[in-house]
Amino acid sequence: MKSAALGVSVLLILAILLVIIGNIAIHGAKQVTWEFISQPPRDGLMAGGILPAIVGTAALVMLMSIVAVPLGVATAIYLHEYTPAGGSWIATIMRSAVANLAGVPSIVFGLFGLGFFINFIGRNIDRATQPPGEVLWGQGSLLWAACTLALLTLPTVIVATEEALRTVPQDLREASLALGATQWETIRRVVLPGSLPGILTGAILGISRGAGEVAPILFTGAAYYLPFLPGDVTDQFMHLGYHVLILSTQSPDVEATKPLLYGTVFVLLALTFLLNLAGVVIRTRTRSRLAR
Amino acid sequence: MIDVRNFNFFYGEHQVLHGINLEIPDRQVTALIGPSGCGKSTFLRSINRMNDIIPGTRGEGLIAINGENVYAPSVDVVSLRRRVGMVFQKSNPFPKSIYENVAYGLRIGGMTDKRRIDATVERSLRRAAIWDEVKDRLNSSALALSGGQQQRLCIARALAVDPDILLMDEPASALDPIATQKIEELVYELKSNYTIVIVTHNMQQAARVSDRTAFFMLGKLVEYDVTKTIFMTPKEKLTEDYITGRFG
Repeated sequence: MKSAALGVSVLLILAILLVIIGNIAIHGAKQVTWEFISQPPRDGLMAGGILPAIVGTAALVMLMSIVAVPLGVATAIYLHEYTPAGGSWIATIMRSAVANLAGVPSIVFGLFGLGFFINFIGRNIDRATQPPGEVLWGQGSLLWAACTLALLTLPTVIVATEEALRTVPQDLREASLALGATQWETIRRVVLPGSLPGILTGAILGISRGAGEVAPILFTGAAYYLPFLPGDVTDQFMHLGYHVLILSTQSPDVEATKPLLYGTVFVLLALTFLLNLAGVVIRTRTRSRLAR
Repeated sequence: MIDVRNFNFFYGEHQVLHGINLEIPDRQVTALIGPSGCGKSTFLRSINRMNDIIPGTRGEGLIAINGENVYAPSVDVVSLRRRVGMVFQKSNPFPKSIYENVAYGLRIGGMTDKRRIDATVERSLRRAAIWDEVKDRLNSSALALSGGQQQRLCIARALAVDPDILLMDEPASALDPIATQKIEELVYELKSNYTIVIVTHNMQQAARVSDRTAFFMLGKLVEYDVTKTIFMTPKEKLTEDYITGRFG
Protein backbone atom coordinates (compact mmCIF):
# COMPACT_ATOMS: atom_id res chain seq x y z
CA MET A 1 0.00 0.00 0.00
CA LYS A 2 2.74 2.33 1.08
CA SER A 3 4.94 1.53 -1.89
CA ALA A 4 2.00 1.87 -4.26
CA ALA A 5 1.32 5.39 -2.96
CA LEU A 6 5.00 6.17 -3.30
CA GLY A 7 5.05 4.88 -6.85
CA VAL A 8 2.01 6.93 -7.81
CA SER A 9 3.41 10.12 -6.35
CA VAL A 10 6.78 9.59 -8.04
CA LEU A 11 5.02 8.99 -11.36
CA LEU A 12 2.84 12.04 -10.84
CA ILE A 13 5.78 14.32 -10.16
CA LEU A 14 7.74 12.92 -13.07
CA ALA A 15 4.72 13.31 -15.34
CA ILE A 16 4.21 16.95 -14.35
CA LEU A 17 7.88 17.69 -14.93
CA LEU A 18 7.87 15.89 -18.27
CA VAL A 19 4.74 17.70 -19.45
CA ILE A 20 6.15 21.13 -18.56
CA ILE A 21 9.61 20.53 -19.94
CA GLY A 22 8.36 18.56 -22.94
CA ASN A 23 5.82 21.21 -23.86
CA ILE A 24 8.38 23.97 -23.65
CA ALA A 25 11.06 21.99 -25.44
CA ILE A 26 8.77 20.98 -28.33
CA HIS A 27 7.36 24.45 -28.88
CA GLY A 28 10.36 26.43 -27.75
CA ALA A 29 13.36 24.70 -29.30
CA LYS A 30 12.32 25.42 -32.89
CA GLN A 31 11.98 29.13 -32.07
CA VAL A 32 15.59 29.39 -31.05
CA THR A 33 17.25 30.52 -34.24
CA TRP A 34 20.33 32.66 -34.65
CA GLU A 35 18.08 35.63 -35.39
CA PHE A 36 16.08 34.99 -32.21
CA ILE A 37 19.11 35.17 -29.95
CA SER A 38 21.01 37.87 -31.85
CA GLN A 39 18.32 40.51 -32.57
CA PRO A 40 16.31 42.89 -30.39
CA PRO A 41 12.50 42.66 -30.47
CA ARG A 42 10.69 44.41 -33.33
CA ASP A 43 7.17 45.50 -34.29
CA GLY A 44 5.84 46.17 -30.80
CA LEU A 45 7.38 42.95 -29.41
CA MET A 46 5.49 40.92 -32.01
CA ALA A 47 8.63 39.85 -33.88
CA GLY A 48 12.40 39.81 -33.71
CA GLY A 49 14.60 38.31 -31.03
CA ILE A 50 15.45 38.59 -27.37
CA LEU A 51 19.10 39.61 -27.41
CA PRO A 52 18.70 42.55 -24.96
CA ALA A 53 16.88 40.24 -22.54
CA ILE A 54 19.63 37.61 -22.72
CA VAL A 55 22.37 40.18 -22.24
CA GLY A 56 20.39 41.94 -19.49
CA THR A 57 19.82 38.68 -17.62
CA ALA A 58 23.48 37.71 -17.93
CA ALA A 59 24.69 41.12 -16.77
CA LEU A 60 22.21 41.11 -13.89
CA VAL A 61 23.24 37.64 -12.75
CA MET A 62 26.93 38.50 -12.92
CA LEU A 63 26.53 41.72 -11.01
CA MET A 64 24.33 39.98 -8.46
CA SER A 65 26.99 37.28 -7.95
CA ILE A 66 29.66 39.90 -7.41
CA VAL A 67 27.52 41.39 -4.63
CA ALA A 68 26.00 38.26 -3.10
CA VAL A 69 28.82 35.71 -3.13
CA PRO A 70 31.55 37.66 -1.27
CA LEU A 71 29.00 39.02 1.21
CA GLY A 72 27.42 35.61 1.77
CA VAL A 73 30.72 33.77 2.09
CA ALA A 74 32.08 36.39 4.49
CA THR A 75 28.93 36.14 6.63
CA ALA A 76 29.14 32.36 6.72
CA ILE A 77 32.83 32.46 7.64
CA TYR A 78 32.04 34.83 10.47
CA LEU A 79 29.15 32.69 11.69
CA HIS A 80 30.98 29.39 11.47
CA GLU A 81 34.61 30.25 12.22
CA TYR A 82 34.53 33.28 14.47
CA THR A 83 31.52 32.79 16.73
CA PRO A 84 31.89 30.16 19.46
CA ALA A 85 30.48 26.73 18.69
CA GLY A 86 28.00 26.89 21.56
CA GLY A 87 26.36 29.85 19.84
CA SER A 88 26.68 33.46 20.87
CA TRP A 89 23.63 35.68 20.95
CA ILE A 90 24.80 37.60 17.89
CA ALA A 91 25.17 34.39 15.87
CA THR A 92 21.72 33.28 16.97
CA ILE A 93 20.23 36.58 15.84
CA MET A 94 22.08 36.45 12.53
CA ARG A 95 21.05 32.85 11.84
CA SER A 96 17.39 33.53 12.53
CA ALA A 97 17.61 36.68 10.39
CA VAL A 98 19.01 34.60 7.54
CA ALA A 99 16.29 31.98 7.96
CA ASN A 100 13.60 34.67 7.96
CA LEU A 101 15.15 36.40 4.98
CA ALA A 102 14.79 33.14 3.08
CA GLY A 103 11.08 33.12 3.85
CA VAL A 104 10.28 36.64 2.68
CA PRO A 105 8.17 36.69 -0.51
CA SER A 106 10.20 37.91 -3.46
CA ILE A 107 7.84 40.78 -4.27
CA VAL A 108 8.62 42.22 -0.84
CA PHE A 109 12.29 42.22 -1.80
CA GLY A 110 11.29 44.18 -4.90
CA LEU A 111 9.47 46.80 -2.84
CA PHE A 112 12.34 46.94 -0.38
CA GLY A 113 14.78 47.48 -3.24
CA LEU A 114 12.67 50.33 -4.56
CA GLY A 115 12.33 51.95 -1.16
CA PHE A 116 15.83 51.39 0.14
CA PHE A 117 18.25 51.24 -2.79
CA ILE A 118 16.53 53.60 -5.24
CA ASN A 119 14.57 56.05 -3.14
CA PHE A 120 16.94 56.20 -0.19
CA ILE A 121 20.48 55.41 -1.29
CA GLY A 122 20.14 56.37 -4.97
CA ARG A 123 18.35 59.66 -4.33
CA ASN A 124 20.87 60.64 -1.68
CA ILE A 125 23.79 59.89 -3.99
CA ASP A 126 22.10 62.07 -6.61
CA ARG A 127 21.58 64.86 -4.09
CA ALA A 128 25.26 64.77 -3.22
CA THR A 129 26.80 64.30 -6.65
CA GLN A 130 24.39 65.42 -9.41
CA PRO A 131 23.23 68.92 -10.40
CA PRO A 132 19.76 69.75 -8.99
CA GLY A 133 16.99 68.01 -10.90
CA GLU A 134 19.30 65.48 -12.52
CA VAL A 135 18.60 61.82 -11.77
CA LEU A 136 21.30 59.23 -12.33
CA TRP A 137 21.31 56.84 -9.37
CA GLY A 138 17.82 57.45 -8.03
CA GLN A 139 16.06 55.31 -10.61
CA GLY A 140 15.78 51.66 -11.55
CA SER A 141 19.04 50.26 -12.88
CA LEU A 142 21.12 47.13 -13.28
CA LEU A 143 22.98 47.96 -10.09
CA TRP A 144 19.94 48.30 -7.84
CA ALA A 145 18.20 45.31 -9.37
CA ALA A 146 21.36 43.26 -8.80
CA CYS A 147 21.58 44.44 -5.19
CA THR A 148 17.92 43.56 -4.59
CA LEU A 149 18.37 40.15 -6.15
CA ALA A 150 21.56 39.65 -4.14
CA LEU A 151 19.54 40.05 -0.93
CA LEU A 152 17.23 37.31 -2.13
CA THR A 153 20.14 35.01 -2.97
CA LEU A 154 22.09 35.75 0.19
CA PRO A 155 20.39 33.18 2.49
CA THR A 156 21.07 30.37 0.02
CA VAL A 157 24.73 31.33 -0.26
CA ILE A 158 25.15 31.72 3.50
CA VAL A 159 23.49 28.41 4.37
CA ALA A 160 25.38 26.50 1.65
CA THR A 161 28.70 28.05 2.65
CA GLU A 162 28.19 27.24 6.32
CA GLU A 163 27.34 23.69 5.30
CA ALA A 164 30.54 23.51 3.25
CA LEU A 165 32.64 24.93 6.10
CA ARG A 166 31.16 22.31 8.40
CA THR A 167 32.55 19.53 6.19
CA VAL A 168 36.13 20.63 6.89
CA PRO A 169 37.26 18.46 9.83
CA GLN A 170 38.16 20.25 13.06
CA ASP A 171 41.35 18.13 13.08
CA LEU A 172 42.70 20.09 10.13
CA ARG A 173 42.04 23.45 11.79
CA GLU A 174 43.87 22.21 14.90
CA ALA A 175 46.77 20.89 12.82
CA SER A 176 47.17 24.28 11.20
CA LEU A 177 46.86 26.24 14.45
CA ALA A 178 49.34 23.92 16.16
CA LEU A 179 51.88 24.79 13.48
CA GLY A 180 51.67 28.44 14.46
CA ALA A 181 49.15 29.57 11.87
CA THR A 182 46.80 32.37 12.87
CA GLN A 183 43.09 31.77 12.58
CA TRP A 184 42.88 33.77 9.36
CA GLU A 185 45.82 31.86 7.83
CA THR A 186 44.06 28.64 8.80
CA ILE A 187 40.85 29.76 7.14
CA ARG A 188 42.60 30.98 4.00
CA ARG A 189 44.97 28.05 3.50
CA VAL A 190 43.06 25.08 4.91
CA VAL A 191 39.38 25.78 5.48
CA LEU A 192 38.51 27.69 2.32
CA PRO A 193 40.39 25.40 -0.11
CA GLY A 194 38.71 22.42 1.52
CA SER A 195 35.25 23.87 1.27
CA LEU A 196 35.56 25.73 -2.02
CA PRO A 197 33.68 23.18 -4.16
CA GLY A 198 30.79 23.18 -1.69
CA ILE A 199 30.76 26.96 -1.60
CA LEU A 200 30.76 27.15 -5.40
CA THR A 201 27.92 24.64 -5.64
CA GLY A 202 25.84 26.61 -3.17
CA ALA A 203 26.63 29.88 -4.86
CA ILE A 204 25.66 28.54 -8.28
CA LEU A 205 22.39 27.08 -6.99
CA GLY A 206 21.58 30.40 -5.32
CA ILE A 207 22.49 32.32 -8.44
CA SER A 208 20.39 30.07 -10.67
CA ARG A 209 17.44 30.66 -8.41
CA GLY A 210 18.03 34.38 -8.57
CA ALA A 211 18.36 34.31 -12.35
CA GLY A 212 14.75 33.27 -12.80
CA GLU A 213 13.19 35.66 -10.28
CA VAL A 214 11.09 38.47 -11.70
CA ALA A 215 9.36 40.07 -8.73
CA PRO A 216 12.49 41.63 -7.16
CA ILE A 217 13.43 43.41 -10.38
CA LEU A 218 9.94 44.64 -11.31
CA PHE A 219 10.40 48.00 -9.59
CA THR A 220 14.17 48.13 -9.48
CA GLY A 221 15.34 48.31 -13.06
CA ALA A 222 13.78 45.85 -15.48
CA ALA A 223 12.54 47.55 -18.63
CA TYR A 224 9.56 46.68 -20.78
CA TYR A 225 11.45 47.31 -23.99
CA LEU A 226 14.90 48.61 -24.78
CA PRO A 227 16.32 48.59 -28.27
CA PHE A 228 19.88 48.92 -26.99
CA LEU A 229 22.03 46.81 -24.65
CA PRO A 230 22.86 48.05 -21.14
CA GLY A 231 26.28 49.70 -21.14
CA ASP A 232 26.52 50.89 -17.56
CA VAL A 233 25.34 49.73 -14.12
CA THR A 234 23.03 52.75 -14.02
CA ASP A 235 21.22 51.61 -17.20
CA GLN A 236 17.91 49.86 -17.21
CA PHE A 237 17.83 46.43 -18.81
CA MET A 238 15.59 43.80 -20.31
CA HIS A 239 15.28 40.46 -18.59
CA LEU A 240 14.16 37.04 -19.80
CA GLY A 241 11.78 36.38 -16.95
CA TYR A 242 10.26 39.86 -17.15
CA HIS A 243 10.04 39.53 -20.91
CA VAL A 244 7.94 36.38 -20.44
CA LEU A 245 5.61 38.33 -18.19
CA ILE A 246 5.37 41.18 -20.69
CA LEU A 247 4.79 38.90 -23.69
CA SER A 248 2.05 36.97 -21.92
CA THR A 249 0.21 39.93 -20.40
CA GLN A 250 0.90 43.03 -22.52
CA SER A 251 0.75 41.68 -26.03
CA PRO A 252 -2.01 43.02 -28.30
CA ASP A 253 -2.36 39.54 -29.79
CA VAL A 254 -1.48 36.83 -27.32
CA GLU A 255 -1.92 33.99 -29.80
CA ALA A 256 0.49 35.57 -32.27
CA THR A 257 3.09 36.15 -29.55
CA LYS A 258 2.99 32.53 -28.37
CA PRO A 259 5.95 31.26 -30.41
CA LEU A 260 8.13 34.10 -29.10
CA LEU A 261 6.93 33.34 -25.58
CA TYR A 262 7.86 29.68 -25.92
CA GLY A 263 11.27 30.59 -27.28
CA THR A 264 11.95 32.99 -24.42
CA VAL A 265 10.86 30.51 -21.77
CA PHE A 266 13.04 27.87 -23.41
CA VAL A 267 16.10 30.10 -23.30
CA LEU A 268 15.44 31.06 -19.67
CA LEU A 269 14.96 27.44 -18.70
CA ALA A 270 18.10 26.38 -20.55
CA LEU A 271 20.09 29.07 -18.77
CA THR A 272 18.97 28.06 -15.27
CA PHE A 273 19.32 24.39 -16.17
CA LEU A 274 22.93 24.95 -17.24
CA LEU A 275 23.67 26.78 -13.99
CA ASN A 276 22.11 23.95 -11.96
CA LEU A 277 24.02 21.37 -13.98
CA ALA A 278 27.26 23.17 -13.23
CA GLY A 279 26.38 23.06 -9.53
CA VAL A 280 25.63 19.34 -9.60
CA VAL A 281 28.80 18.53 -11.56
CA ILE A 282 30.95 20.42 -9.08
CA ARG A 283 29.23 18.66 -6.19
CA THR A 284 29.68 15.14 -7.57
CA ARG A 285 33.30 15.87 -8.35
CA THR A 286 33.90 16.94 -4.76
CA ARG A 287 32.11 13.90 -3.42
CA SER A 288 34.21 11.50 -5.46
CA ARG A 289 37.35 13.35 -4.48
CA LEU A 290 36.45 13.10 -0.79
CA ALA A 291 35.54 9.44 -1.13
CA ARG A 292 38.94 8.58 -2.55
CA MET B 1 62.74 22.80 30.75
CA ILE B 2 59.03 23.00 31.25
CA ASP B 3 58.29 24.12 34.77
CA VAL B 4 54.72 23.69 35.95
CA ARG B 5 53.67 25.26 39.24
CA ASN B 6 50.26 24.98 40.81
CA PHE B 7 48.51 24.84 37.45
CA ASN B 8 44.71 24.72 37.41
CA PHE B 9 42.47 24.43 34.39
CA PHE B 10 38.76 25.10 33.98
CA TYR B 11 36.08 24.34 31.42
CA GLY B 12 33.69 27.10 32.39
CA GLU B 13 32.99 26.50 36.08
CA HIS B 14 34.18 22.93 35.95
CA GLN B 15 37.75 22.45 37.18
CA VAL B 16 39.55 19.69 35.29
CA LEU B 17 43.12 20.15 36.52
CA HIS B 18 43.93 20.71 40.18
CA GLY B 19 47.22 22.19 41.30
CA ILE B 20 49.60 20.42 38.94
CA ASN B 21 53.29 20.68 39.85
CA LEU B 22 56.03 19.08 37.79
CA GLU B 23 59.28 19.77 36.01
CA ILE B 24 59.78 18.30 32.57
CA PRO B 25 63.49 18.05 31.75
CA ASP B 26 64.97 18.90 28.34
CA ARG B 27 65.75 16.20 25.77
CA GLN B 28 63.96 13.46 27.56
CA VAL B 29 60.69 11.71 26.96
CA THR B 30 58.06 12.35 29.59
CA ALA B 31 54.99 10.13 29.46
CA LEU B 32 51.62 11.19 30.83
CA ILE B 33 49.48 8.22 31.82
CA GLY B 34 46.16 7.80 33.55
CA PRO B 35 42.58 6.63 32.99
CA SER B 36 40.35 8.33 30.39
CA GLY B 37 39.16 11.75 31.44
CA CYS B 38 41.95 12.20 34.00
CA GLY B 39 43.08 15.44 32.41
CA LYS B 40 46.33 14.28 30.82
CA SER B 41 45.33 15.44 27.34
CA THR B 42 44.00 18.72 28.69
CA PHE B 43 47.32 19.23 30.44
CA LEU B 44 49.24 18.42 27.25
CA ARG B 45 47.15 20.88 25.26
CA SER B 46 47.74 23.55 27.91
CA ILE B 47 51.44 23.54 27.17
CA ASN B 48 50.99 24.99 23.67
CA ARG B 49 47.69 26.65 24.58
CA MET B 50 45.67 24.62 22.11
CA ASN B 51 42.87 24.71 24.66
CA ASP B 52 42.49 28.39 23.87
CA ILE B 53 40.38 27.49 20.85
CA ILE B 54 37.71 25.96 23.09
CA PRO B 55 35.52 28.80 24.31
CA GLY B 56 35.04 29.23 28.05
CA THR B 57 38.28 27.58 29.09
CA ARG B 58 40.93 29.14 31.27
CA GLY B 59 44.24 28.20 32.80
CA GLU B 60 45.57 29.47 36.12
CA GLY B 61 49.01 29.18 37.60
CA LEU B 62 52.30 28.74 35.84
CA ILE B 63 53.56 26.75 32.90
CA ALA B 64 56.98 28.14 32.14
CA ILE B 65 59.11 27.14 29.18
CA ASN B 66 62.72 28.17 29.81
CA GLY B 67 61.47 30.53 32.47
CA GLU B 68 58.76 32.22 30.41
CA ASN B 69 55.16 31.70 31.50
CA VAL B 70 53.15 30.64 28.45
CA TYR B 71 50.00 32.06 30.05
CA ALA B 72 51.49 35.53 30.48
CA PRO B 73 49.49 38.17 28.60
CA SER B 74 52.55 39.22 26.60
CA VAL B 75 53.02 35.76 25.09
CA ASP B 76 52.33 35.49 21.36
CA VAL B 77 50.44 32.22 20.94
CA VAL B 78 51.55 31.91 17.32
CA SER B 79 55.25 31.98 18.17
CA LEU B 80 54.65 29.75 21.20
CA ARG B 81 53.12 27.10 18.95
CA ARG B 82 56.04 27.31 16.58
CA ARG B 83 58.34 26.43 19.46
CA VAL B 84 56.04 23.73 20.81
CA GLY B 85 54.99 21.32 18.07
CA MET B 86 52.09 18.94 18.41
CA VAL B 87 51.15 15.54 17.03
CA PHE B 88 47.56 14.45 17.42
CA GLN B 89 45.87 11.18 18.25
CA LYS B 90 44.31 10.84 14.85
CA SER B 91 46.72 11.55 12.03
CA ASN B 92 45.50 14.71 10.36
CA PRO B 93 47.46 15.47 7.20
CA PHE B 94 46.08 18.28 5.06
CA PRO B 95 44.41 17.17 1.84
CA LYS B 96 47.48 18.38 -0.02
CA SER B 97 50.59 16.72 -1.39
CA ILE B 98 53.16 15.15 0.94
CA TYR B 99 55.55 17.98 0.12
CA GLU B 100 52.99 20.72 0.78
CA ASN B 101 52.04 19.16 4.12
CA VAL B 102 55.59 19.49 5.40
CA ALA B 103 56.11 22.87 3.74
CA TYR B 104 52.92 24.29 5.29
CA GLY B 105 54.47 25.57 8.51
CA LEU B 106 57.41 27.02 6.58
CA ARG B 107 55.16 28.94 4.21
CA ILE B 108 53.08 30.19 7.14
CA GLY B 109 56.31 31.35 8.72
CA GLY B 110 57.09 33.35 5.60
CA MET B 111 59.79 31.17 4.02
CA THR B 112 59.69 31.63 0.25
CA ASP B 113 63.09 30.41 -0.94
CA LYS B 114 62.31 27.21 -2.84
CA ARG B 115 65.71 25.65 -2.16
CA ARG B 116 65.49 26.26 1.58
CA ILE B 117 61.98 24.81 1.66
CA ASP B 118 63.13 21.77 -0.34
CA ALA B 119 66.02 21.20 2.04
CA THR B 120 63.87 21.60 5.15
CA VAL B 121 61.18 19.30 3.79
CA GLU B 122 63.75 16.60 3.09
CA ARG B 123 65.46 17.00 6.46
CA SER B 124 62.13 16.85 8.31
CA LEU B 125 60.98 13.77 6.42
CA ARG B 126 64.32 12.08 7.15
CA ARG B 127 64.08 12.91 10.84
CA ALA B 128 60.59 11.46 10.91
CA ALA B 129 61.94 8.27 9.30
CA ILE B 130 59.62 8.42 6.34
CA TRP B 131 61.86 9.93 3.65
CA ASP B 132 62.76 6.62 1.98
CA GLU B 133 59.09 5.68 1.71
CA VAL B 134 57.92 8.92 0.11
CA LYS B 135 60.90 10.48 -1.64
CA ASP B 136 59.68 9.33 -5.06
CA ARG B 137 56.15 10.65 -4.63
CA LEU B 138 56.47 13.92 -2.78
CA ASN B 139 53.82 15.46 -5.00
CA SER B 140 51.16 12.82 -4.54
CA SER B 141 48.38 13.23 -2.02
CA ALA B 142 49.20 12.69 1.64
CA LEU B 143 45.82 11.01 2.03
CA ALA B 144 47.03 8.05 -0.06
CA LEU B 145 49.56 7.10 2.64
CA SER B 146 48.86 4.40 5.22
CA GLY B 147 47.81 5.39 8.73
CA GLY B 148 51.29 4.88 10.16
CA GLN B 149 52.89 6.81 7.33
CA GLN B 150 50.38 9.63 7.75
CA GLN B 151 51.25 9.88 11.42
CA ARG B 152 54.98 10.04 10.67
CA LEU B 153 54.23 12.65 8.02
CA CYS B 154 52.43 14.67 10.70
CA ILE B 155 55.53 14.34 12.88
CA ALA B 156 57.67 15.56 9.96
CA ARG B 157 55.28 18.46 9.48
CA ALA B 158 55.64 19.41 13.16
CA LEU B 159 59.45 19.08 13.00
CA ALA B 160 59.71 21.30 9.91
CA VAL B 161 59.09 24.50 11.87
CA ASP B 162 61.97 23.50 14.15
CA PRO B 163 60.32 23.35 17.58
CA ASP B 164 62.18 22.68 20.84
CA ILE B 165 59.35 20.70 22.33
CA LEU B 166 57.14 18.05 20.76
CA LEU B 167 53.80 17.23 22.32
CA MET B 168 52.28 13.91 21.31
CA ASP B 169 48.69 13.06 22.15
CA GLU B 170 48.41 9.25 21.95
CA PRO B 171 50.21 9.29 18.59
CA ALA B 172 50.03 5.52 18.09
CA SER B 173 46.63 4.66 19.52
CA ALA B 174 45.03 4.24 16.09
CA LEU B 175 47.91 2.29 14.55
CA ASP B 176 48.73 -1.38 14.13
CA PRO B 177 51.61 -2.92 16.18
CA ILE B 178 54.24 -2.53 13.44
CA ALA B 179 53.37 1.11 12.76
CA THR B 180 53.28 1.67 16.53
CA GLN B 181 56.75 0.21 16.86
CA LYS B 182 58.03 2.59 14.20
CA ILE B 183 56.57 5.56 16.02
CA GLU B 184 58.13 4.38 19.27
CA GLU B 185 61.55 3.98 17.66
CA LEU B 186 61.13 7.44 16.21
CA VAL B 187 60.30 8.92 19.61
CA TYR B 188 63.43 7.31 20.96
CA GLU B 189 65.50 8.80 18.12
CA LEU B 190 63.99 12.25 18.43
CA LYS B 191 64.68 12.74 22.10
CA SER B 192 68.32 13.53 21.41
CA ASN B 193 67.13 16.76 19.77
CA TYR B 194 63.73 17.48 21.23
CA THR B 195 61.95 17.57 24.54
CA ILE B 196 59.05 15.17 24.15
CA VAL B 197 55.87 14.94 26.17
CA ILE B 198 53.71 12.01 25.20
CA VAL B 199 50.24 11.06 26.36
CA THR B 200 49.59 7.36 26.16
CA HIS B 201 46.99 4.85 27.19
CA ASN B 202 49.41 2.04 26.69
CA MET B 203 51.34 1.20 29.85
CA GLN B 204 53.96 -0.84 28.01
CA GLN B 205 54.50 2.02 25.63
CA ALA B 206 55.12 4.44 28.48
CA ALA B 207 57.55 1.97 30.02
CA ARG B 208 59.36 1.44 26.71
CA VAL B 209 59.76 4.98 25.41
CA SER B 210 59.80 7.35 28.35
CA ASP B 211 62.44 8.49 30.79
CA ARG B 212 59.93 9.93 33.20
CA THR B 213 56.30 9.17 33.81
CA ALA B 214 53.55 11.26 35.34
CA PHE B 215 50.43 9.48 36.54
CA PHE B 216 47.26 11.59 36.46
CA MET B 217 43.93 10.76 38.01
CA LEU B 218 40.75 12.81 38.34
CA GLY B 219 42.57 15.97 37.34
CA LYS B 220 45.35 15.57 39.88
CA LEU B 221 48.94 14.55 39.43
CA VAL B 222 49.23 11.46 41.63
CA GLU B 223 52.84 10.59 41.09
CA TYR B 224 55.72 11.78 38.95
CA ASP B 225 59.09 10.10 38.84
CA VAL B 226 61.65 8.30 36.75
CA THR B 227 59.76 5.77 34.65
CA LYS B 228 61.56 2.81 36.18
CA THR B 229 60.58 3.87 39.66
CA ILE B 230 56.95 4.43 38.67
CA PHE B 231 56.72 0.95 37.19
CA MET B 232 58.90 -0.98 39.66
CA THR B 233 58.44 0.73 42.99
CA PRO B 234 55.64 3.28 42.90
CA LYS B 235 55.17 5.22 46.10
CA GLU B 236 51.43 5.63 45.79
CA LYS B 237 48.95 2.79 46.13
CA LEU B 238 46.83 4.34 43.34
CA THR B 239 49.73 4.27 40.90
CA GLU B 240 50.46 0.66 41.67
CA ASP B 241 46.81 -0.31 41.24
CA TYR B 242 46.65 1.48 37.90
CA ILE B 243 49.83 0.13 36.35
CA THR B 244 49.07 -3.39 37.48
CA GLY B 245 45.71 -3.07 35.78
CA ARG B 246 43.46 -3.21 38.80
CA PHE B 247 41.43 -0.37 37.27
CA GLY B 248 41.74 1.87 34.24
